[in-house]
This record gives sequence, C-alpha cells and structure tokens, in this order.
Amino acid sequence: MLRVDIAKKLGDFTLAASFASEGRVTGLFGASGAGKSSLINIIAGLLRPDRGIVTLDGETLDDTAASVHVPPYRRRIGYVFQDARLFPHLDVQQNLDYGRRMNRLTEDRAQHKRVVDLLDIGALLTRRPGQLSGGERQRVAFGRALLSRPRLLLLDEPLGALDEGRKLEILPYLVRLRDEAGIPMVYVSHDAAELRQLATQIVMLKEGCITAFGGVKVLSVSSEQRG
Amino acid sequence: MFDISPTEWTAIQLSLRVATVATLIATPLGIGIAWLLARRDFWGKAFIDAVIYLPLVLPPVVTGYLLLLTFGKRGLIGGWLSDHLGIVFAFRWTGAALACGVMSFPLLVRPIRLSIEAVDRKLEQAAATLGAAPWRVFLTVTLPLALPGVLAGMVLGFAKAIGEFGATITFVSNIPGETQTISSAIYSLIQTPDGDVAALRLVLVSIFIATAALVASELFARRATQRLHGN
Repeated sequence: MLRVDIAKKLGDFTLAASFASEGRVTGLFGASGAGKSSLINIIAGLLRPDRGIVTLDGETLDDTAASVHVPPYRRRIGYVFQDARLFPHLDVQQNLDYGRRMNRLTEDRAQHKRVVDLLDIGALLTRRPGQLSGGERQRVAFGRALLSRPRLLLLDEPLGALDEGRKLEILPYLVRLRDEAGIPMVYVSHDAAELRQLATQIVMLKEGCITAFGGVKVLSVSSEQRG
Repeated sequence: MFDISPTEWTAIQLSLRVATVATLIATPLGIGIAWLLARRDFWGKAFIDAVIYLPLVLPPVVTGYLLLLTFGKRGLIGGWLSDHLGIVFAFRWTGAALACGVMSFPLLVRPIRLSIEAVDRKLEQAAATLGAAPWRVFLTVTLPLALPGVLAGMVLGFAKAIGEFGATITFVSNIPGETQTISSAIYSLIQTPDGDVAALRLVLVSIFIATAALVASELFARRATQRLHGN
C-alpha cells in the first residue's frame, strides 16, 4: 500500500496531496501543470517534500518531522519516464541489465525472458538506443524498470511523447504488464481514455490539490462537469 | 641535420616522461575537481575555481617561484615531504613534473568540466531510480558519457606540459639530464654559439610531438563519440 501526505512549494505553485492507494494501477489524472510529475518525483525520492510523509508497504520513505528521507537508489521504486532516458552508451541488453547489476540481484533468466517476450524486444537486444524508434525505446524503458524488480512502478505519461499509432501499439503491452507482472503501478496521464483502460483507481489533481479520488468512474464525472 | 645528439635525446625523453607523469597524476584529480565544480554547490566554490585558473593568468615565473617557496627544500610542504617521506621536488625531474602538472591543470580541467556539465542529469536520475548509488552513477553513466571531454583534457594538458618553460625553469632550473626539458634545452642552445641547428632540430621534434598529440586526441574523440551514440 502506498500512502502519501505531503506538501511542497515549487515557485508560486503549492502542491498539497494526501491519498492512500491499494489499487493495482493508481491513475494520477490532471491537466499539465497540475503537479502530477512533481508528485511522482516525490514518491520516487527525486524530490524532497517540504513536509509530510510517504510510506510504501509500511516502510517510511519520507517523514520530514523525523528527518527521514530514503534516497531514490534505496527505494526499489521503478520509474518509466516520458522520454525513456535509456543510456545511450549501452546497448539494449545492457540497459535491461542495469538495474539488476546496480541492485546486485542474481541473474534470473526465466524472468528476463518473460519480460523480453512480454514487451517483444527480443530482436532489439544488440541495438543501441539511437537505433530504436520512439515506441521501441519506450518498451525497452518498461523492461529496464521491470527487471530492477521494483516494489512499485511509476509511469510518467509513458505514451505522452508518442503519436496515436504508437500509443495503440504500446497500450496492449501495458494491459499485459498490469495483468501479468503483479507490480503495483502509479500511472500519470492527462488522457482520460488511457486511464479508463488501465487504471483501477483514480487520483485527480488540479492546481496542486486532489479534487477527486475513487474508481475509474470519477473520470466520467469530471468530463461531464467540464463538458 | 637529423643526427640527434645524446643530450638532445635525454631532453626529449625527459620531456615525455615529465609530461606523461604530470598528465597521469593530474587526470584523476582533475576529474574529481571537474565533477565537484560541475555538479555540486558548496561554500568556497568560486575560490577553488579561481585558484585552479590562476596558473593560466599569472606570469609563469610567479607560479614557479611560488612552487619554490612551498615545495622547495625549505618550503612549507616541501620541507615536510622531504623530512617525512623522502620526496624531494627541488631541482629534480619530479619537480618539473609538478610544475608542468600545475601549469597544465586549468587546461585539463576545463574540457572535463564542460563535458560533465553536458551529461543529461535526467540520465543520472534514471540510474538512481534503478538502484545506482551516487558513486556508481558517476562510474557507469557520467564518466563514460564525459569520456571524449576527459580525453580532450588529457591531450591538451599533455601538450601544455610538454611546452611548459617559465615555471619549470624557475622552480627546478635547467640541469641537463635531470630537469632540462626540450623547451629549456632549446633556450640553452639558442644562447650557445653554433647552437642554431641543434635548436632547430628540437623545434621540429616538439612540432612533431604536438601534432601527434592532436591527431591522437582527434582519433580518440571520434571513436568515443561513435561508441556513445552507436551509429
């Protein structure tokens, strides 16, 4: 279970969010500038909250009152960025293997094969990121995050940089990921349709505040309100 | 014309040794300082930045004299080093290497710092979320991506060290076989009657070494760029 109760001032903008999530896929929904990325950067440990707490499965990751801040590399939280961020000097295989090496995990061939098959990236293993299409790059980024065996997977608009065709190419993989990988996810998007397909729970953010929380139904309420 | 005399050979070999040792010792230090300046904010950063660049703008003879005051036999650091560790810089080739290292340091650090600044911090963040502690992020992401800059800095530093004259001759004098590098040998030859031909030979040698270093750096940089971008 992920519990977040934080406040963070970023320039003129104040982010104040409090929610607890038990869902398999928590959709973080809101317009751009609503504070979604800052919120998951806080969960990842890349950004420190001004005050508040973050806990995952009972372990405290941030607690400003007790001066606790677990650095990102000790959180075991995977992160898929909008811009993939593959290491350009390593080939796909080495990118996939990076998290396992850094966490000194033993090699698990079966798991490796499962992830590679799930994402259909077997044919890309010897290529460099510079030789991949945007969609391929993003699939490798999913694989790289999964193979570090995270306790939680954060996805920050992973389809945001892709055109419609590529999105449709990736979405089925994400549904499979949700149903087969068994890792809880926080999925950030400003696309309600995307979240309807993937999320099991929605946190709605507006100008730094949570305005709604609940099942996927809250998405339709909000679009009616806006329409 | 092309008969290089034993004295000249000694000067060439000494120059190569001095510049190589100076570059090899300065490089790890330079990488560390370049990283600090590029990635960290700390009290006194502007001061360190200025001190590193000082040898570039001070008259070399001033730098050489300051080295003599600190690293000479009765100098603050030099005295201690020779009493406790038996390391002597004054009038030895090691002193020439120290002078060359100090003089070439700004030229070595600058490209390394620029190339570290150019490494996308987002990649470093990604590495952290994959479980890499800061020093492993540095070794597996930052340093390999900054490698072309490191090589450029090393070549530039080496070339400067080969050509260094003022600080070296002030600090360790011009002793054939011990501290007489190509530059100080040329200087001596010019002042000797009939030394012109020998001086010209050494001039050609130094042009050759400098050109070779530049070609090598170009090759390294090209290979490194290819490796990094995988095209």
